[in-house]
Amino acid sequence: MNLLVCISKTPDTTARIAFKDDFTKFDEGGVQFIMNPFDEFYSLVRAIELKEKFGGTVTVLNVGEPANDIVIRKALAIGADKAVRINTSPTSAFAVAKQIAEYAKDKSFDIIFFGKETIDYNGGEVSGMVAAMLDLPFVNLASHLEVDGTTAKLNRDIEGGVEKVEVEMPFIVSTAKGMAEQRIPNMRGIMMAKRKPLEVVEPVDKEDRVEILKYELPKAKSGVKLVDPDNIDELVRLLHEEAKVI
Amino acid sequence: MKILVYIDNRKNKIKKTDQELVYYAHLIAQKHGGSVDAFVLGSGEGAEVLGKYGADNVYAVAHDETFDANGISSAVKNFAEDKGADLVIVPFNSSGKPLVGMLSYMLDASSVTGVLNVPEVEESKLVFKKGVFSGKAFAYIKTLKDKVVVSLMTNSFSPEEVGSEVNVEAVNIPVDNKVKVVGIDKVEGKVPLPEAERIVSGGRGMKGPENWGVLLDLAKALDAETACSRPVADVGWRPHSEHVGQTGIVVRPNLYVALGISGAIQHLAGVSSSKVIVVINKDPEAPFFKAADYGVVGDLFEVAPKLTEAINKFKGK
Ligand SMILES: Cc1cc2nc3c(=O)[nH]c(=O)nc-3n(C[C@H](O)[C@H](O)[C@H](O)COP(=O)(O)OP(=O)(O)OC[C@H]3O[C@@H](n4cnc5c(N)ncnc54)[C@H](O)[C@@H]3O)c2cc1C
Repeated sequence: MNLLVCISKTPDTTARIAFKDDFTKFDEGGVQFIMNPFDEFYSLVRAIELKEKFGGTVTVLNVGEPANDIVIRKALAIGADKAVRINTSPTSAFAVAKQIAEYAKDKSFDIIFFGKETIDYNGGEVSGMVAAMLDLPFVNLASHLEVDGTTAKLNRDIEGGVEKVEVEMPFIVSTAKGMAEQRIPNMRGIMMAKRKPLEVVEPVDKEDRVEILKYELPKAKSGVKLVDPDNIDELVRLLHEEAKVI
Repeated sequence: MKILVYIDNRKNKIKKTDQELVYYAHLIAQKHGGSVDAFVLGSGEGAEVLGKYGADNVYAVAHDETFDANGISSAVKNFAEDKGADLVIVPFNSSGKPLVGMLSYMLDASSVTGVLNVPEVEESKLVFKKGVFSGKAFAYIKTLKDKVVVSLMTNSFSPEEVGSEVNVEAVNIPVDNKVKVVGIDKVEGKVPLPEAERIVSGGRGMKGPENWGVLLDLAKALDAETACSRPVADVGWRPHSEHVGQTGIVVRPNLYVALGISGAIQHLAGVSSSKVIVVINKDPEAPFFKAADYGVVGDLFEVAPKLTEAINKFKGK
């Protein structure tokens, strides 16, 4: 199987989020970067599992700058065979999708994996854009994926249940919790990753369809009101009279 | 501005979230001028009511449970082009989420997911607010194209009646399915967490799945849905579908009650947009108290049953 896993670089989940230049830019100072957890835990691991079962190649693809190579190497250490970085800064979902579609259009991938969203811009749109650009079937929010011959069977988490779908390869999937379990790279994987190929590809013309004007931080809570555990009626009164939620 | 709202009516039920979508479109039309068309996927049964929330026209597309995202997006695209829609609004749920990216390309449009506001106009372009960094911040996003597709974050507006019922017009639109839906396993009776108005959530402090009775009793008294922190779902005390937070479901209920959850930054990211947060934790230093409106420092196994009793007493049960 020829599998492509698109990975994004995001701030670490514990990162304190701050902005600079009058709240127009994300302040990367002191922020640790990681592979987007959905891409790492679900897409990448499931792709590696399929390769282990059926043979083939897992390629990871990142649209980003040279600093991202460290995140890409981690994907190789976890078990991807080779990597591609498209050398441009990922300024918007559309810009990223266009680069990915351009790269993937003539490579005969059987499945192209995306995480359900990135934990920084929470868009969840790149996968659908690429599906439309390449005119391929799209299954999103998939929590389970099995392959049988040329057909894939997937579960989608929907409100109030699970939708079971079948699709012929090639197709595009966005993955959610349940798809696979996180894998921690071992020493051997880390050593091997250093020798695996990481190809740098130059971008095609850029196209942004949105522009971020400014950021805002949530209003801080005014402070917690503590209620004595022996006076729980007071909490009910506050929830009713003050907060008006019951 | 011509606004098109996509409503998933395959279960033949118009829900509060559908009313919210139409009402949101109405608010935009009211502010910037324009009309609201509702595009209902399904039989259209009961969809007349959308007129009350601001739809000028309601169209229903023949019902077929096996529509997939490819089929739906092609149908919405054809319809949007037919009606000359400038703005397409879809729900931020499993039906609407896959459509945004696809429609963005298909309609040559700008797109924003999970929007929270009635957009302002700047240099004749719409500017939307959305949550970024998984609840840790917001961004104001200018859409550069003339056409725009957005998904509306659930529970952002309380729908109000602003008009009267309108006739539902049946329409026929060619669709292009690419994925076969072979079945749906339904979990009955539960309100999806992103739509829930009240949530009671449990963390590792619950000590084990056998103790969930105290939490379920409190949820029942409050008429709330149940959720949990990530480690609780990871060890299988509760199903994955209950995991909230940065890598789980993002929720924004009116009331979020946390039992034995420490309030790690990844957990807070997914719940901090809740209107009112109540934290019950025996550790006064638990970080969750900093994000809470009300707190009780104490053993949840004593406090939660007392709270259940007090609520039942208050409600006269
Ligand atoms: C990449 C990544 C992503 C993550 N994503 C998420 C996410 O989406 N959602 C999420 O929840 N977590 C997430 N986490 C995990 C997060 O960092 C925390 O580990 C987790 O939220 C802690 O869960 P907890 O509060 O249930 O458990 P703990 O941190 O163990 O807290 C238990 C709390 O219960 C209290 N307690 C114990 N006994 C009692 C009692 N009898 N009465 C009252 N209180 C009691 C304790 O004082 C303590 O505060 C993520 C972590 C990583 C690394």
